[in-house]
Amino acid sequence: MTLLEVANLSVSFGATPAVRGAELTLMPGERVAVVGESGSGKSTLAHAVMGLLPGSGRVTGGTIRLRGEDVVRAPEKRLRQLRGRAVGLVPQDPMTNLNPVTRVGRQVAETLLAHGLAGRREAPGRAVELLAQAGLPEPGRRARQYPHELSGGQRQRVLIAIGLACRPDLLIADEPTSALDVTVQQQILDHLDGLTRELGTALLLITHDLGLAADRADRVVVMSRGAVVETGPARQVLGSPRHEYTRRLVAAAPSLGATVRERTPGPGAAPGAARPPAAAARPPAAAAGPLLAVEHVTKEYRLRGGARFRAVDDVSFTVGHGRTTAFVGESGSGKTTTARMVLGLLEPTGGTVRLDGAPVSGAATARGPARRAARRAMQPVFQDPYASLDPMFTVERLIAEPLTVFGVGDRDERRARVARLLDQVALPADVARRYPNELSGGQRQRVAIARALALEPRLVVCDEPVSALDVLVQDQILRLLRSLQDELGIGYLFISHDLAVVRALAHDVVVMRAGRVVERGPVDAVLGAPSDPYTRQLLAAVPGAGLTHRP
Amino acid sequence: MTTAAAATAAPDGALPGPGRTHGRALRTLVRNPMGVAGGILLLIVVLAGVLAPLLAPGPPTEVHFSTPFQQPATVGFPLGTDDLGRDILSRVLYGTRASLEVGVLSVLLAVVAGVPLGLLAGYWRWLDALVSRLADLMLAFPFLILAVGLAAINGGGLGNAAIALGIANVPAMIRVVRAETLRLAEADFVLAAHAMDAGPLRVLGRHILPNALSAIIVQATLVMPAAVLGEAVLSFLGLGIQPPDPSLGIMLSDAQNYLLRTPWPGVFPGLAIALICLGFNLFGDALRDALDPRTSGSGERS
Repeated sequence: MTLLEVANLSVSFGATPAVRGAELTLMPGERVAVVGESGSGKSTLAHAVMGLLPGSGRVTGGTIRLRGEDVVRAPEKRLRQLRGRAVGLVPQDPMTNLNPVTRVGRQVAETLLAHGLAGRREAPGRAVELLAQAGLPEPGRRARQYPHELSGGQRQRVLIAIGLACRPDLLIADEPTSALDVTVQQQILDHLDGLTRELGTALLLITHDLGLAADRADRVVVMSRGAVVETGPARQVLGSPRHEYTRRLVAAAPSLGATVRERTPGPGAAPGAARPPAAAARPPAAAAGPLLAVEHVTKEYRLRGGARFRAVDDVSFTVGHGRTTAFVGESGSGKTTTARMVLGLLEPTGGTVRLDGAPVSGAATARGPARRAARRAMQPVFQDPYASLDPMFTVERLIAEPLTVFGVGDRDERRARVARLLDQVALPADVARRYPNELSGGQRQRVAIARALALEPRLVVCDEPVSALDVLVQDQILRLLRSLQDELGIGYLFISHDLAVVRALAHDVVVMRAGRVVERGPVDAVLGAPSDPYTRQLLAAVPGAGLTHRP
Repeated sequence: MTTAAAATAAPDGALPGPGRTHGRALRTLVRNPMGVAGGILLLIVVLAGVLAPLLAPGPPTEVHFSTPFQQPATVGFPLGTDDLGRDILSRVLYGTRASLEVGVLSVLLAVVAGVPLGLLAGYWRWLDALVSRLADLMLAFPFLILAVGLAAINGGGLGNAAIALGIANVPAMIRVVRAETLRLAEADFVLAAHAMDAGPLRVLGRHILPNALSAIIVQATLVMPAAVLGEAVLSFLGLGIQPPDPSLGIMLSDAQNYLLRTPWPGVFPGLAIALICLGFNLFGDALRDALDPRTSGSGERS
């Protein structure tokens, strides 16, 4: 008997359709992944199954049957019984989905009490058992702690304990690990896998990550614009996709095993004749050395109580002219701190940062012309294109701002330059008069890139520039960064947690862990034959091994 | 959501005017019935104040000793007269005008003094200690004592009442602007501005201030009714506007002496104060809801 049967389901928010005629079946114990980009309706589908559509969401057609029972027409009272009891949910964001003022053990116990599965007396004990089952270390002590005392991974384990507390037949996991580091993600998913198998729970995994879907699901459902475009066994759908959208999605997904891009030749060997003025303007004397040299850089923070914390500890690396050095590490590894020191936004505690031989940091250049020159030669692109563009500025003003600050050209020249830059990042000219909130995430990131290029910098520091973007858009932005490098001879310091993205773009890799460099070298050497155990662990944790060996 | 936003933005080739955010805020505001009610009330109050010389049947200080304590709806005196036979309607209109003048002046003062101090305190840590302690010190002083002191030094009058009320509202404005500045100074777009070597003047003036504007406007709509009430209190106590100039507070103060004989000279100025404050508060609340990005429905996640 089928556990879940969704037939011809349509959901609308007001007049806007979010899901159109979706079909989905789930057998007991089966693991199905719903894959799609943001806005594809995958989360809405999951919420509809739980009877938890937010705001103005309404089921406008079709049926959802859970063990033969119609969920769409079920009264709220019955739905409350089903939620938790028959269907468990592991939500996306472990940071906001736990009550910050209640101990985690109590939050698990409340679920049990709400469904009458335990009495007041035994609930706390059961909660500790459940936390232990979810793989939380020292569950007895952790149960008495508050959410802020736990790490992201530990909080996600608490949410898993809550989701599985009532032994539901179906567990819906909505992007359960997208807020977590890869190695933690792997541990959590391994555990979730084992647990659902052991309990015979069916799993509906909502994810944007094709690799994850391939690794963790028996069947994959691909959604696009609210409709299911392809369904089938995971390996078959992602290995040899039939639908055009799935094909594009699979092609765009950066993969560790995918053919490495044709990278620009090494330093100096770049196509010299075709060099635009940007690269030609480079001081000739500097061409010999590296573009950026970071030597023994350290950043210490003083903690309360006088203790010191080394966020970055003796880090050294270089970025060559027209080359890309990728900076890889998990959250808290000191990647972003290092990037800010390179940009001269943070003062290092020790060590030097040199751009073309000229020191960027240090008291001597804390302000004045040297810093100004360094900043002109070096521009950032940030992770979140929604936060990095001032919402009150038009695109034209945004891109022209660095030109205004540096007094480059007059108004008309700046306008012409903005038009050229927009063209370079493949945005239509009429975007110039729009505001950032009228643009999509990918378009915004293109604007941010155009702004970074406005001053014809020699180095662009990209801090996770594609991690907030959907797979297809991510692929487009990576291509853009690549072609801009080939065209303009810019060097990139590319910070990322995603090894597959790094593989696709970088020449050299620096692997960071807890503020220290654990391994560095050419990308093929480091990712192909890692010598450090941590690098190996990182590589092994990347989902999508199933995709790598596709025919 | 992003694709949907792009799709809706793409076809309307003709671009909207400055800031679609403002368009959306306006639409949210118009859809809020309380906001609309507040807005209409405000419009009436402001028109009454501005057009007082045209609307008033006579000068507010003209006395008619032959006709004191007239009932409302008397011919020639729509709202009746007070103990000196002065026309209550004229006095309420001019009093409203005076209240709004004091309100606007003190809001201006609070903005002019509070916004730069708030920006500085939020932007430079070392100044923060100084400015914030100063604000705390001012908050610890009851504004009435401050106003009494100022009135004692400078004498009463509309201007001094406005100064006292403005100063009393500076610390709250500093706090609001400081908090916004602290938040915005951490934003990526400010970081990007630093990376392009933009100076503090540019960062504060071009990036932080425009983005903090909605918070400042909301705070101003909160200061306004407080100042109107404050003016009434000061004038009631004889520390604000001085007779014979009309003021809602003075009218209340006069009316209480013969409240048992006729309540009308006290009812109408009281009503006027209540309506002014209600208008600003309703409108201010709706404005805050409309300008706050968290409440203006930035779209559900997929």
